[in-house]
Amino acid sequence: MAAPMVLAEAVHKRYGHLEVLKGISLEVDARQVMCLLGPSGSGKSTFLRCINHLEQINSGRLWVDGTLVGYAERGGRLHELPEREVCRRRTEIGMVFQRFNLFPHLTVLENVVMAPVVVKGEARGVVTERARRLLDRVGLSAKVAAYPNQLSGGQQQRVAIARALAMEPKLMLFDEPTSALDPELVGEVLDVMRALAEDGMTMVVVTHEIGFAREVGDTLVFMDAGVVVEAGPPRDVIANPQHERTRTFLSKVL
Amino acid sequence: MPVRHPGRWVATAAVLVLVAMLVHSLLTNANFGWSVVGHYFFAAPVVRGLVLTLELTAAAMLIGVVLGVCLAILRLSPNPILSSSAWCYIWFFRGTPVFVQILFWYNIAALFPHVGLGAPFGPQVVRGDANTLVTSIVAAILALGLNEAAYYAEIVRAGILSVDHGQVEAAQSLGMRRIQLMRKVVLPQAMRVIVPPTGNETISMLKTTSLASVAAVTELLYSAQQIYARTYQTIPLLIMASIWYLILTTVLTIGQYYVERHYARGTSYELPPTPLQRMTGALAHRTARRRVAAVGGAAPGPLRGPG
Ligand SMILES: Nc1ncnc2c1ncn2[C@@H]1O[C@H](COP(=O)(O)OP(=O)(O)OP(=O)(O)O)[C@@H](O)[C@H]1O
Ligand SMILES: [Mg+2]
Repeated sequence: MAAPMVLAEAVHKRYGHLEVLKGISLEVDARQVMCLLGPSGSGKSTFLRCINHLEQINSGRLWVDGTLVGYAERGGRLHELPEREVCRRRTEIGMVFQRFNLFPHLTVLENVVMAPVVVKGEARGVVTERARRLLDRVGLSAKVAAYPNQLSGGQQQRVAIARALAMEPKLMLFDEPTSALDPELVGEVLDVMRALAEDGMTMVVVTHEIGFAREVGDTLVFMDAGVVVEAGPPRDVIANPQHERTRTFLSKVL
Repeated sequence: MPVRHPGRWVATAAVLVLVAMLVHSLLTNANFGWSVVGHYFFAAPVVRGLVLTLELTAAAMLIGVVLGVCLAILRLSPNPILSSSAWCYIWFFRGTPVFVQILFWYNIAALFPHVGLGAPFGPQVVRGDANTLVTSIVAAILALGLNEAAYYAEIVRAGILSVDHGQVEAAQSLGMRRIQLMRKVVLPQAMRVIVPPTGNETISMLKTTSLASVAAVTELLYSAQQIYARTYQTIPLLIMASIWYLILTTVLTIGQYYVERHYARGTSYELPPTPLQRMTGALAHRTARRRVAAVGGAAPGPLRGPG
């Protein structure tokens, strides 16, 4: 059987004395969508950032597609990977941020084209063609020459998704991709994400969009105070939460 | 029209009187020696000095900018050895007067009579005499450039810190390495903060090169000094040098304006017109209005000239 795309075993993360992740264990199979839910400060973003090693974990083990994240294991001991190797692995994991983080000094097209050319050394012509296809797919072929600040939030987030996809990742991480958007713009971004899930992309999505989690998610994980409180098929967890904390949280967001 | 700002009128009158007094003195006081100023303005030694001043400025700024960017990146490095080395460099070169640094490099042969390349503490492969290697011009360029690097590093560092951290994270998540994301993402955005002080630094450097005259570098000021040492026309020659400095700094100021505009891209919807565009726009607007008036139509709106 193939290794899961993401496998976490007792992942701990501390900032100084503050323990943010207190032993997270979960797995995401390839072509599956996992939605992460939880109150503010519960460690959702932190966990997501551990997956592509933007944060280092303090203990536990974390694998992506069968390889350890950020470390190499030799003779039963963990060795920190050199920057080059950490970066190479990040190229296989796309990330979309709450605040888009597009590069404001580059046009939409340049935003999408830059990383594959700079990081992977691909030919500009090839990447440009792929970028145009991706921008077409997220419905922005008319905006290739615009600068990010000339776009609405929803448009910016769709560019950010295209930018991540241009690296041809095998896993996509979304950190509250619609939380910074006006309500009427949320739908266009969720539509793009839904289409991506239907195409078989493996996705970990931190979101408060319960409808999206129910319809698109294969599993729903509810986190609170650095632990996984409850996990299962979204419909079951939403309709029939087993834990008091899950019930309280869902009653607030539903 | 009612007089709404009596204070402003009084101030204007006072300024006008002062300007009139200044102009009167400029024209009637023979000690200014305007004919001498004019006589030496394009004299060969002066022009050679001028060119050397520009060369010194360019060379020192080049060293300052390149080394300054490196120092800033080192200073922000997660490696404590690298960041504290950069800190020490900046501490030392900002903490000593550039005037002293010029004299120091000029007299370096007294400290290290020979300079050479080779293994540390080992045999030297290339070996040279410090006095012939470090000429007065090289001493000036080294002193001005190395000193500038210390100031420029702080300017670049402020620029780098002004870029939103989300930019770094986005670049990292795309697999960019530290040097790549600095070059492609952070520094281009830091430019908006870095460019205006760079203009100031260049203008300041242009004038600071005059300190090189203590090392007998025949830049603009020293060329003037050499002339008045012979002719005793001190004031006219100093005026001449000042006028040249003013002309050069004015040109640099204009250049700075356009470079700043270039790096403002992507920060506002549309750039405001340059003074030149505004002037031509206003002229076009005037002629268009006259033409429209001639055919008896309405004048175009006040904000838009004809495309
Ligand atoms: N760099 C940091 N240094 C110190 N503490 C941090 C840091 N980043 C996050 N934290 C703390 O870790 C905890 C978890 O943060 P995290 O961002 O993972 O929460 P979250 O579940 O994503 O919350 P939200 O829904 O508000 O985004 C918070 O208490 C936060 O203050
Ligand atoms: Mg978060």
